[in-house]
Amino acid sequence: MLKERQFTSGVKKTLALAVMLLLVAVTLYPVFMIALNAFKSPQDYAANGPMSFPSAFYTQSLIDFWNRVTFGKKLLNSALISSCVAVFGVILSLLNAFALGIGKIKGKAFLLVIFLLGNFLPQEALVYPLYYFAKALHLYDTKLVVIIVFTVIQSAFGTYLLTSVFSEFPKELIEAAIIDGANKSQILRRIVMPLSLPTLSVLFVFYFIWTWNEFFLPLILLISSSNQTVPIAIATLQGQFNMDVTTSAASALLGVLPCLLFFLIFQRSLTRGITAGSIK
Amino acid sequence: MAKNHFDRSKGYAIYLLPGLIGLTVVIILPFLVTVGASFTKWNGVNPPQWIGLANYQRALTDVKFWAAFRNNLLMIIAVTIVPTILGLILSVFLFDYFSKKFSPMLANFFKAVLYIPQILPVAIAGVVWKWILNPNWGSLNTTLSSLGLDSLVHNWLGDPNTALWVVMVIMVWFQIGYPLVIFMAALQRVDPELLEAAEIDGATWFQKFFYITIHQIRPEIFVVILTTTIYALKIFGQIYVLTRGGPGTSTIVPSYYTYQAYFEQANIGYGSTIATVMTLIIVALTFAFIRLQVKQEFYQEEN
Repeated sequence: MLKERQFTSGVKKTLALAVMLLLVAVTLYPVFMIALNAFKSPQDYAANGPMSFPSAFYTQSLIDFWNRVTFGKKLLNSALISSCVAVFGVILSLLNAFALGIGKIKGKAFLLVIFLLGNFLPQEALVYPLYYFAKALHLYDTKLVVIIVFTVIQSAFGTYLLTSVFSEFPKELIEAAIIDGANKSQILRRIVMPLSLPTLSVLFVFYFIWTWNEFFLPLILLISSSNQTVPIAIATLQGQFNMDVTTSAASALLGVLPCLLFFLIFQRSLTRGITAGSIK
Repeated sequence: MAKNHFDRSKGYAIYLLPGLIGLTVVIILPFLVTVGASFTKWNGVNPPQWIGLANYQRALTDVKFWAAFRNNLLMIIAVTIVPTILGLILSVFLFDYFSKKFSPMLANFFKAVLYIPQILPVAIAGVVWKWILNPNWGSLNTTLSSLGLDSLVHNWLGDPNTALWVVMVIMVWFQIGYPLVIFMAALQRVDPELLEAAEIDGATWFQKFFYITIHQIRPEIFVVILTTTIYALKIFGQIYVLTRGGPGTSTIVPSYYTYQAYFEQANIGYGSTIATVMTLIIVALTFAFIRLQVKQEFYQEEN
């Protein structure tokens, strides 16, 4: 009797593990296939198909694609735009939340809703005027306009998150600082900012990755090859060159790799941040 | 005097200034221009011409407009309904069973792996799948025929009957990690004593799941449903890379239709109309969800 129960629980455990491993396989299958075939020569692919291991470690496809699209430049563009947005976005969120969460400004609820709109409005409802104004101001096809636009769009989330964090900020700390003669900018820089550094760093990581992954607005605002970001370059080049199958796999792999790297580096703050964002 | 010293309503407005200027220039003004343009005929070059509600009237009878929003409903199935249900089941399975029978570390590892598609730029995820699904040399078709399943070989994205379903499957693959991560964090809040008490009272696993677990993590379920429903309405990158809305209008979505009207047909007025309708739906959804949530919380407190 006992043995039988142990046996069924053993079967259950094996089954559970099998289900999870299957799900992992399905999740990783596309990325694995891309990685496997990026290192084959076109002849190797033609002869042995997608499932075989590369018969030789062939890196020419990767190198060819890298040079053809000046991938290093695209990486730099993405890194520059994403870091600027992350830094400015965090600063802007901090300033907004300082006024709304620490300060008790009149009409706080209304202002918060207005900021949230920035996060909720579809970019489709902003894109044409942004494109039109950018052209009129000679900012079209510059990294600057993308940095400005995303700093504002991203900071909406941080404003909301930090305001709710700050509304529970210990009052005594601020009152003590006022008694010691601190002005508002000192309160912000010496007390509020250092104490909210963990949340600020989560926001930084989020803004960086979100901006890196953005597609719609950069597709429209950055038209020239020298300004494009990684996702735009890879997505728009798919049809343009007469790419063979392994070069195509190599291009997809080059798009995936930076994100996997971010994931490994930032995994902890990412999970913490997603959870923080979901709780009001 | 001392009280005035601590007054926190004055002197803070200045810190809001950069944020408000940015918001006005990047969000509020462009949005108002879009709404205004939806009442005009405008090709982006000549001055816009006021035509009242003509664009909206056109939308009412535009087959493609309705196809876009119908496809959008199917996208909600793929990014909201299926991932939320699967995410609930998986998170309870990993949290309740897996981390106890195996180890919490292994459960966390599986969670992290299933989250990986979420970190990819949507366009890159699309490029990856397009490579797999290429009708001539893609790995899916090649694998099928090497297994002797030639009858299943198919131009998956090129056939109007399968294209949308394939996109939906890809969206589920892409989206599943999001509810999973949120629900697994939420489950840590569920009071184990409640579950034990229910077990002593003879509750089955399903009863515990429906009456206790789901009940307790309801705020997170609300958030997931709201954010993913809005996300469904904004899907663009995947369609741009995978199908460009085709074949025909089989995978057209509102966002891509807006893009076409703006930048392929230079019909700014009509593009603005679709964008305005999208915005109205999103705002209405948000208010409906928030009201529902407030009502639920109120109901809970009453009982």
